[in-house]
Amino acid sequence: MAVATEQRIDPTLVRSQPFGWHESEDINSQVNVGRIERWMSLIAGGVLAAYAIKRRTAGGGMAALAAGELMYRGATGHCHLYQALGVNHAEGHAFERGTGVIADRGSDTRRRLGGRRGIHVEESVTVNRPIAEVYRFWRDFENLPRFMRHLESVAIREEGVSHWAAKGPAGTRVEWDARIINDVENKVIGWQSLDGSTVATAGSVNFAETSHGTAVRVHLQYNPPAGKLGSTIAWLLGEEPGLQIREDLRRFKALLETGEIPTTEGQPSGRTARTRR
Amino acid sequence: MKAVCWERTHHVAVEDVPDPSILNPRDAIVRITSTAICGSDLHLYDGFIPTMQAGDILGHEFMGEVVEVGTGVSNLQKGDRVIVPFPIACGRCFFCTHDLWSCCDNSNPNAALAEKLYGFSGAGLFGYSHMMGGYAGGQAQYARVPYADVGPFKVPATLTDEQVLFLTDIFPTGYMAAENCDLTGGETIAVWGCGPVGQFAIRSAFLLGAKRVIAIDTVPERLQMAVDGGAETLDSLHDDVFERLKDLTGGLGPDACIDAVGMEAHGAKADYWYDKAKTMTFMATDRASALRQAINSCRKGGVVSVPGVYGGFVDKVPLGAAFNKGLKLRMGQTHVHKYLPRLLQHIEKGDIDPSFVVTHTVSLDSAPEMYRTFRDKKDGCIKVVMKPH
Repeated sequence: MAVATEQRIDPTLVRSQPFGWHESEDINSQVNVGRIERWMSLIAGGVLAAYAIKRRTAGGGMAALAAGELMYRGATGHCHLYQALGVNHAEGHAFERGTGVIADRGSDTRRRLGGRRGIHVEESVTVNRPIAEVYRFWRDFENLPRFMRHLESVAIREEGVSHWAAKGPAGTRVEWDARIINDVENKVIGWQSLDGSTVATAGSVNFAETSHGTAVRVHLQYNPPAGKLGSTIAWLLGEEPGLQIREDLRRFKALLETGEIPTTEGQPSGRTARTRR
Repeated sequence: MKAVCWERTHHVAVEDVPDPSILNPRDAIVRITSTAICGSDLHLYDGFIPTMQAGDILGHEFMGEVVEVGTGVSNLQKGDRVIVPFPIACGRCFFCTHDLWSCCDNSNPNAALAEKLYGFSGAGLFGYSHMMGGYAGGQAQYARVPYADVGPFKVPATLTDEQVLFLTDIFPTGYMAAENCDLTGGETIAVWGCGPVGQFAIRSAFLLGAKRVIAIDTVPERLQMAVDGGAETLDSLHDDVFERLKDLTGGLGPDACIDAVGMEAHGAKADYWYDKAKTMTFMATDRASALRQAINSCRKGGVVSVPGVYGGFVDKVPLGAAFNKGLKLRMGQTHVHKYLPRLLQHIEKGDIDPSFVVTHTVSLDSAPEMYRTFRDKKDGCIKVVMKPH
């Protein structure tokens, strides 16, 4: 919680985000946000919302509004700001489905990951286990810290609501509450942080049966706010958020398929010998 | 414990390091009774494989006695005598369950590194660079063996270490190379390289029904060992390999060609010097004269099978020849686990005694000297076995 006490929000950041939740008559016809970006919007929205909760001030309120928009954008694929600016990041990205690894590498992604538009990550992995088992394992959010390295714990509070704690730099910690907003058995789980929680974030995971097992597609979304909290979030995600989530999913797969996560940490080498002497 | 550590190119040292411990439930610790230096260790020694770090423990051909098992291992007990396959395989992923053990999806903790170079990562390997998992190897007194419930293979007390040790790598590697030639009986096979893998490829080709094997090398004692295995031989320093192979096959070319040399081929021809120059200037990483010759010499519609290790990029591969002759190219790290039961049977029945390949048996302390001797093919060196205890 050390982090959450002295953040500031960059007013230009807040202004640059459209505020509030808006009704959309036909969401499907108005998808103008890229796939990866949608995911990031969700998380960023969550991060921002968490910030807002912590600071019950005018700035916090603005952040909460921005958070709402981000999560809306992530969930629906429609961004009012993009619409206003005539930006469409959804076009030409049909190939990204299930191949977030490749899609993440482009300079376009780097541009999108920076600045104010939030961070989206989409990654996929195929797990050689029955879909019901894979779904159940993820659905129990308390399992997530076993393979998501930046998470310290997830505690189930009440039906559909969970408390998340992530590690920050230098022993700091970020916490937020999230609730499940979408849950179809063996198909999809979606969650987002509660309105007004310190961190505005959202995510979803889709499950599909394939000839090679269960394909798992994860979207995560967040928007790094300015100030210390923002840098904490950036630190959590690393320079390449896609890479980190890819590693998380690799551990997820290993855990389900083999019951453990491969490691060499703690094994001997000539280096340990030297440091001992 | 004592362990052979890679320090830098052309420099290995025996160091005193901490003993290994169980890190995961499916681990076991093996007290090593015999461990070998592999030809592919020379690629590390010569600095051809990236992502080695000073202090890395080498070795991927080892066997011994189980001294400790993790909570997830129920099929092994203290005291079991086992050989350990060089690819680390989980036994549960799509690839392991399809007998593609060296393509295991879960065993490389540094898969992201390998993906950068190869698109996807293969299995983690013992003692074979961080890109391949960064696992401590078996040229040591003890080793930690992950997924011990699927990897280590119990061997009968009636067989000596030297008879079963090579089941960890070079015997199955030579065998898979021959199996990849799609033998149905009566074929003529050419084998480039009469090192240990080449020797096992020769003998495996006969086991699988080949009528003739023509072995190619430059080192007299290796050619002699090939003759002992039933092969005809060519000396690539003095023979025109392509013309001689044509002569020996009635103008047809061999039915299948095995490149048991890999990325550090030697040769006297222009293409060798071309490769040498390119690798020295970092414009290519691998030298491939054996592969080129194999592709050119193979009969139309034949198979080129590659057990020799390649790590990076090769220039001037005659893909046009391969394409227009309709060749099949087969390669890859060996799916050791797949071959163990049948190869152990061959040994038990007396079809083959793999100990023929051993020329040097030494203690672990001799490792630095033996790496040099083996690399320089001095002193008749073909296979080195080390006894760590």
